[in-house]
Amino acid sequence: MVKQDIQNQHQHWQSQQKQKVKTLAVYTALWLVATALLAFGPKYLWDFNALFSIIAAIVYCVTGTAMILANRAHLRSLDELQQKIQSEAMALSLGVGLVFACGYEILHAVRLLNFEPAIAHVVVVMCVTYLIGVVKGEVKYR
Amino acid sequence: MNNRLKVLRAERDMTQADLAMALQVSRQTINAIEKGKFDPSLPLAFKIARLFELAIEEIFFEN
Repeated sequence: MVKQDIQNQHQHWQSQQKQKVKTLAVYTALWLVATALLAFGPKYLWDFNALFSIIAAIVYCVTGTAMILANRAHLRSLDELQQKIQSEAMALSLGVGLVFACGYEILHAVRLLNFEPAIAHVVVVMCVTYLIGVVKGEVKYR
Repeated sequence: MNNRLKVLRAERDMTQADLAMALQVSRQTINAIEKGKFDPSLPLAFKIARLFELAIEEIFFEN
């Protein structure tokens, strides 16, 4: 294979990767909007009308599914080292999230926390852990 | 796992970017393999072996 063909193939692979990242960003943004709509729409936009809330829930499910599929496509477009970094970060995030969520709930149950645990706190912990995992992986395999 | 990827690449006057391009992986992956931080999968090892026209055992070996 001539060098020009190899370069073209590589550029095609890189542009595909960029496209997958853009698609993931778009679906994540749409899911965020759908989440906000489902969370605040009933109270501030349609006065708890059941039909609109059901539509908002369906939109939430559709955009969430699209985001998951876009994330899978993005992961599949990565090379094997990048996939390893991602899987290690996700494993760390899942583990920390699980341990944190269980501990958080138990601490509330045994009255060591005087406020109601919120799922949003677990999500934040998981997101921060995932980011730390990705940075750790990038440094480790630099 | 050790390897002599860096030597083989240098013999053919290839940069890490050239090799990454030929193997359809990132330059970071080539660097991590050369430094022994990351062991490639069998399909990628075969791809590397085919590119250098060598057997896998002639490129990768145990510590």
